[in-house]
Amino acid sequence: MVPLSWYLILSAGLFSIGLFGVLTRRNAVAILLGVELMLNSVNVNLAAFWRYGDVTQMAGQVFAIIVFAVAAAEVAVGLALVISVYRKRNTVIADDIDLMKW
Amino acid sequence: MTAEQIVFLIVALVTLGSAFMVVTTRNLIHAALWLVATLFGVAVVYALLNAGFLAVVQVVVYIGAIAILFIFAVMLTRKDARDSGPQTHKNWWVGALLAVASYLGLSALVLGWSGSSKAAAGLPSGFDAVGQLGEALTSPNAYVLPFEVASVLLLAALVGAVYVAFNRK
Repeated sequence: MVPLSWYLILSAGLFSIGLFGVLTRRNAVAILLGVELMLNSVNVNLAAFWRYGDVTQMAGQVFAIIVFAVAAAEVAVGLALVISVYRKRNTVIADDIDLMKW
Repeated sequence: MTAEQIVFLIVALVTLGSAFMVVTTRNLIHAALWLVATLFGVAVVYALLNAGFLAVVQVVVYIGAIAILFIFAVMLTRKDARDSGPQTHKNWWVGALLAVASYLGLSALVLGWSGSSKAAAGLPSGFDAVGQLGEALTSPNAYVLPFEVASVLLLAALVGAVYVAFNRK
């Protein structure tokens, strides 16, 4: 049987890779890709804690499903914003989208 | 080492490797395809955890909808998909440092916790995870309110995405 720590370390790795992508990529779509990786790592944690805790308590899986819904909403609105900005400013580089910067 | 551990290690390596390719590939279409590989790996992890419903939802929602949405977005912003400049900004090493630090910190936290080495108890005989999940999502004593809030959130996101991306001529 796989110990719980393996799942937690896998999800820590996935989270850190996603964090690296969010912090370093210049393209706004690539930043959203990194956010997806981070949300997935959270879901792995929720499912692992459900399985290694009391399996009759479904809170882990329920919250994983809520995270799915939030991720879908986040991607839909985020990509709509990126496409809208691309139409107006003709760029998706996050450094160039500074119209709200003082 | 049992067969399950070997399967887990292979899946974890494939998942982490393709996740690394997602954040380092120059071509964003390739990054989106590597994201599909990562999401498949996470779906297999759900299956290893006996969370069959989550594995199916992962394939249907994440790969079927979100990854395809990413590919569409990359194609609609095609000019920058393979732009000549660097894909990471010049302070990328700060991000790498923070990512490594967060990985080491989380790993130290996990390994220092005594509960992390325990093995999973076997599932009770006749345990129906999908049925239990469905009841938990619709029972007023459990999680029907978060479930409804999620559906309102999805509706708001639908309206918001249409409004934001609408092309007023």
